[in-house]
Amino acid sequence: MTLTTTAVLAPLLPFLGAVVGLLLGRRSPGFVRPLAVLPTLAAAVLTVAVAVGQGGGPATDVATRLTPTGSLPIDLALHIDGFAALIGVLVGVVATCVQIYSTAYLRDDPRYPSYAALVSLFTSAMLLVVYTGDLMVLLVGWEVMGICSYFLVGHYWETEAARAASLKAFLVTKLGDVPFLFGIFALAADAGTFRITGILGHVARDGLHHPTLIALLLLAGVAGKSAQFPLHTWLPDAMAGPTPVSALIHAATMVAAGVYVVARLLPVFAASAAALVVLAVMAAVTMVGSALAALAQDDIKRVLAYSTVGQLGYMTGALAVGDRGAAVFHLLSHGAFKALLFLGAGVIIHAAGTNSLAAMSRMGGLARRIPDAFWTVTVALLALAAIPPFAGFFSKEAVLGAAEHAATGHAAGIPGAAGWTVLLSGLLTALLTAAYATRLWLLTFCGTGPEAPDHGPQPRAMTAVLWVLFLPTVGFGLTATFLPAWFDGRSLTPTLTTSVLGTGVALVGGLITYAAWRHAHPSPGHRPSPSRSAAPPSPALATRTPLGAVAVAEDATPALAEELAIVTHPPAYGDAAGAPDPADPGRLLLGPLHRHAAAGFHLDAVYSALFVRPVRAAAELVRFLDRAVVDTYVSGAGTAPRWLGAAVRRAQTGNVQTYLGALLAGALVLGVAAVLVATGTGA
Amino acid sequence: MHLAYPAVLAVLLFCTGLYGVLARRNAILVLMSVELMLNAVNLNLVAFDVWLRDTLHAGQALTLFTIAVAAAEIGIGLAIVLLVYRNRGSSDIDRLRDLAERPSGPDGAGSADAPRQPQPDTGAEATA
Amino acid sequence: MTLAAASHGFLSPTGVEIAFVLVGIATLGAALMTVGSRQLVHAALWLVVALGGIAVEYLLLTAEFIAWVQVLIYVGSVVVLLLFGLMLTKAPIGPSPDADSGNRWVALTVAGAAAAALVWVVVDAFRATWIDLDGAAQGSAEAAGRSLFRFWVLPFEALSVLLLAALVGAVALSRRGGGAKGAAETLAPAAREGRL
Repeated sequence: MTLTTTAVLAPLLPFLGAVVGLLLGRRSPGFVRPLAVLPTLAAAVLTVAVAVGQGGGPATDVATRLTPTGSLPIDLALHIDGFAALIGVLVGVVATCVQIYSTAYLRDDPRYPSYAALVSLFTSAMLLVVYTGDLMVLLVGWEVMGICSYFLVGHYWETEAARAASLKAFLVTKLGDVPFLFGIFALAADAGTFRITGILGHVARDGLHHPTLIALLLLAGVAGKSAQFPLHTWLPDAMAGPTPVSALIHAATMVAAGVYVVARLLPVFAASAAALVVLAVMAAVTMVGSALAALAQDDIKRVLAYSTVGQLGYMTGALAVGDRGAAVFHLLSHGAFKALLFLGAGVIIHAAGTNSLAAMSRMGGLARRIPDAFWTVTVALLALAAIPPFAGFFSKEAVLGAAEHAATGHAAGIPGAAGWTVLLSGLLTALLTAAYATRLWLLTFCGTGPEAPDHGPQPRAMTAVLWVLFLPTVGFGLTATFLPAWFDGRSLTPTLTTSVLGTGVALVGGLITYAAWRHAHPSPGHRPSPSRSAAPPSPALATRTPLGAVAVAEDATPALAEELAIVTHPPAYGDAAGAPDPADPGRLLLGPLHRHAAAGFHLDAVYSALFVRPVRAAAELVRFLDRAVVDTYVSGAGTAPRWLGAAVRRAQTGNVQTYLGALLAGALVLGVAAVLVATGTGA
Repeated sequence: MHLAYPAVLAVLLFCTGLYGVLARRNAILVLMSVELMLNAVNLNLVAFDVWLRDTLHAGQALTLFTIAVAAAEIGIGLAIVLLVYRNRGSSDIDRLRDLAERPSGPDGAGSADAPRQPQPDTGAEATA
Repeated sequence: MTLAAASHGFLSPTGVEIAFVLVGIATLGAALMTVGSRQLVHAALWLVVALGGIAVEYLLLTAEFIAWVQVLIYVGSVVVLLLFGLMLTKAPIGPSPDADSGNRWVALTVAGAAAAALVWVVVDAFRATWIDLDGAAQGSAEAAGRSLFRFWVLPFEALSVLLLAALVGAVALSRRGGGAKGAAETLAPAAREGRL
């Protein structure tokens, strides 16, 4: 099998699996699981084969002309270089893990067939985006991912939160996609082709006429898909979907698509210094803001969601300083450990029966109940906090190193301001990341209080996947020395300065959080009394143990437990994001900022004021115009015939004599007229 | 004899019958008026037949046919009137108003219908 | 026709013409009473007069066979049928003030206008036309029978089928729901009338 065949088959297999799954799903439930797992597994093997075949060598380009369109040709093109091959492996592996995990996680779900088919379809679309060499085909995959994301986020559509979240995810990403589409058209019109290689060749040869405009338009789509400020608000809400979906779509792959596209088109962005600065500022705001927000969230999945936003900020930061190797390196390692974190969070939510950190912190022995999740999530959190020697450390250091490289002016064509912005915000975010990772770990696993309910051992399919993802989380960083050959050749090994700085601030962040936690819990683990465990600025609040959906039946499936947890969270705490937990170290650390951070810095309110309300007002105006102005004409046009009809109906009395009289009178008139005409013509 | 005499007489008889058909309330009186109209036509037929001296005597033959048809018509007509009277208890033509559209029709519920709602009722009361 | 016009004067009527006009006036008056009378039975009786007058007019037009048929069928049977109809529908015996319906004036207008228009047309068309009543009688029973059974035999037979159909139809219409029930209901009002 040639490399091309393999690369074509990789997206095709999950697609066929999805189609067959959708067709057969209801009638033959026995085939659903094999149809979900096997094509994805085969695709994963194929992506590995592609990566091995590519082997870090020169890029492979194959194209077939779809149809002559007259002006701009559209090709079905494959472009497989080191980036595509490695990200393809990430997509394949994570998708396989998620499919296997889902078989247990949604084992009794009546909508599992369509769910699995959509995940397969999504995998196929993502692989298409990764492997394609043509912007039009890329856009197809891009939009298919968007619609799959919509359906999957709304999987628990019985709940209000999921419905709202799926709509929001769809609308916000579409808000970015429209400028993205314009950007692609502008780019293609400028370069004369949709082929990425052709565009890049054109940029290298002649340059673009409007690089800043095109870059900013593309950036909007990237911000929407990759959840960058200011279009990131859909991602935390999208946590209303099932956990495997969060792991696959909102951590490892789909949100990575935006980063990947920028990485592929980096020369276009590099052609405009302004675009790079915008990218850097966007990355900086995203990083710091999301890290602060993550520190204040109560829902464990929302913490991870904001963390994802922040890590994506690192990637865009790396792109802003022109180092796509570092960006994709971080993308790969982040994909591994964030998928692990999400899947682990699914296990935790199932075991604890709640998704609230406040409720978990009042629950003892959670770590003993789920040892697999405990160890793997701990390591993944260490990787997230960039503690050596785990994967996150190396990739984040690569980003920081690239930023430092640019800040000190060693990178040609990259504004120093962008470098400094990314470097400083990256360091600050490293501190905050360590803080919220520590907070998450402490609240989840070091809770004191009544024993966590015993649901028995977690399904094998779920825990095994955690250990599979555990391997890259631990070891992927060691590949830093081999990866440059696959990428642009720039070194990805950590430099001393940034390593010391980054690890230092991370340790500081972790220690500060631990101190705050100790401050809130004077004797952690010793006296498991709920009333004392939350030692408190305000005792009255502290004694009030928050309620979660702990009362879930013991044999409930993980998906059902999560759905109930999501549903019961707002009634119990009055908010989907925060919880009035005075023992939360994040509350102590953030101080007055906590309230705003929990609400995502009120960005939703701003959107509501800026977009939703004007649109509603406009709709109200249109409604008024329609009802009061247009409808007046319409109903006037209706009223006149109705009155006419009523008048005519008066003649229909049912009295036959009247009819006959009218008939004869008419006949008489006609007869007289005929006679008059006849005599008139005769004379 | 001047042809205008029978012709004018036929016209006047016809119009008398016409008035009766339009103005009479009782169905049997209406049938009588119809007979008058038929006879007016017959008179015309006979008069023109005599005037034209038709060898086939088409006018007179047609008159005979008309008389036969009129007899059949009066038989059927009376049977219908009897049936109506048996069903409705009345042979008044202006109370047989089932041809009229009921005001409370499905799409007739407009304000325009309100004034004409009582109209059939008043008609029926006047008849009774 | 022009020759005939030359030999006749409009203002010098013959005896037949005078008789025709007089009988015509009587017939028209009876007809007017028929459609105007408030007593229903009187209207039927006035109809007898009118139909009889028309029979006399037929005689004056030398159509004697038609005249006797007119007397036999119309005066003899049709009017009797109508009287039976009036009785079976319990028509009031005395004057009934509501014999005319509400659209009486409309009817008057239409009839008057029709009469005016038709009279105008007819007079205008036939003011110089005379009927020659001399010679062999054209409407004798022999002449009528000859033409009827020589030239019009097929329509005559078809007419018999029509009469049969009318007979069956009248029977079918008069029986409601069929059987003894319909007959009993038909008889019931008559019986009540008799007791009263």
